[in-house]
Amino acid sequence: MFYRKVTKAEVISQESLAPGIYDLRLNTPAAEFARPGQFIGIYPKDSSKLLMRPISICSADADQKELRIVYRVTGANTGTAEFSALKPGDGVRILANLGNGFPYEEAKGKCVVLMGGGIGIPPMLGLAKSIDGDVHSFLGYRDRQTFLSEDFMKYSKVYIATEDGSVGCKGNVLDALQTTTLKPDIIMACGPMPMLRAIKKYAEENGIVAYISLEERMACGVGACLGCVCKTVNKDHHSHVNNTRVCTEGPVFDSREVDI
Amino acid sequence: MNTSVQIAGIDFKNPVMTASGTFGSGMEYSQFVDLNKLGAVVTKGVANVPWPGNPTPRVAETYGGMLNAIGLQNPGVDVFIERDLPFLAKYDTKVIVNVCGKSIEDYEETVERLKDTSVAMLEINVSCPNVKEGAIAFGQKADALYEITSRIKKKAGQPVIMKLSPNVTDITEMARAAEAAGADAISLINTITGMKIDINRRTFALANKTGGLSGPAIKPVAVRMVYQCRKAVNIPIIGMGGIRNYEDAIEFMMAGATAVSVGAANFFNPTVTEEIVDGIEKFMNEKGIVDINEIIGCVD
Repeated sequence: MFYRKVTKAEVISQESLAPGIYDLRLNTPAAEFARPGQFIGIYPKDSSKLLMRPISICSADADQKELRIVYRVTGANTGTAEFSALKPGDGVRILANLGNGFPYEEAKGKCVVLMGGGIGIPPMLGLAKSIDGDVHSFLGYRDRQTFLSEDFMKYSKVYIATEDGSVGCKGNVLDALQTTTLKPDIIMACGPMPMLRAIKKYAEENGIVAYISLEERMACGVGACLGCVCKTVNKDHHSHVNNTRVCTEGPVFDSREVDI
Repeated sequence: MNTSVQIAGIDFKNPVMTASGTFGSGMEYSQFVDLNKLGAVVTKGVANVPWPGNPTPRVAETYGGMLNAIGLQNPGVDVFIERDLPFLAKYDTKVIVNVCGKSIEDYEETVERLKDTSVAMLEINVSCPNVKEGAIAFGQKADALYEITSRIKKKAGQPVIMKLSPNVTDITEMARAAEAAGADAISLINTITGMKIDINRRTFALANKTGGLSGPAIKPVAVRMVYQCRKAVNIPIIGMGGIRNYEDAIEFMMAGATAVSVGAANFFNPTVTEEIVDGIEKFMNEKGIVDINEIIGCVD
């Protein structure tokens, strides 16, 4: 169901999962309506930083009204550095929920491959939990800091790829997929652009439906500013040009619709 | 208490408007704000044909502000009339359409298409710093501004506001040119051209390299320019640039603005426009101001 408001959420807990990676749990009514693949905007308290920081929803617990987000601190004196100091009981202004989310219903009963790369891994967790099917999660990390991988084991079969080869398959998530005999019906993915481009190509060459979650610099998060567009193959219904809004029509797109 | 103001014979229930390009055509923010409470909705720039805009990244945050180089992406005036205008017409607010173009003929065509519509006023964008042709080229030379203003005035079915750029040596020259050419009002300021460099990636934060700076950081520049223009011309001024609360709005009005537009603040506070409407009333109550028009240009 659609829910979108600016509210003050209360911090339930926060812990560091790996160097620079934080796991923040917020108490907010938005959790009741969140879909996997949607995101929220968190406003820094530092008023010299105007814009909300768009961060994907890792998972949501509707009963507990708990929204879990796992994010990377992008540098010293950034908004995310400020968020990493949040303590239980602190309040934080959020704009939630944003974006469309993954069409997890389409994956029901199918062989589903989820692919997450780096900080694109967290949103795949809520998705893994939501899909009623044969779920295989391919998680790509830089090194042995394989944050969240144990959580994924609760809901799916897990395959790990690391750039340095320290854990699992050396390489990326597609390299890891190719070490298996899996014939996925559908792929859903979030991660850096080169990874998503490769998945788009792989899926299209193999006739597999792929949904990919894109990222772009954004200002409003609600479709007004047209800051965060992505090129599309066909004319977009809203813009009437070959550009679609990542924050509104996305962030999740059928890979065949976008020109990345 | 009277909060209504008049510009070119048109009554606005209050002086609070949205700034072009920050509020779409009202639809996206109607989930946060009761559009009926606003003096006017000023739409995103509309051209005669759809424009794809610039490559991404199109936005970057800066200290107390933000840069944008959207490049006036818009679906074109036909879609605007068929889709966006009927939506806005449902609300009890005035609609001001921001019009952009690459040539004077483009502007003329758009203005003519809008002639027999419910649009209350036209705001002519001759000040967007992010497109290569047209737009700002008409807004940085007084004779070019005079020509485009007079030609648009001949075709326009509604009163015309010329939106001025701060990226000029003397904004009062532009204000005078617009007034002399028959503009019914001026609005200012559009964004200030800026640049941000990502020192880790050794490249520009925006694909367009430069962008327009907006947000609280630019407010003192905007207030100063509104004051200067008010001293230079007799047509009404719509003031904008970094307004984020009712105090800022009042400040612009005291500098000489008849109405104000709220821009980047919508992004960091989606309910800001409505809060400013309420805040102005509160301020009037507290200060015993009976008519908002009393404060327009009250500082000398």
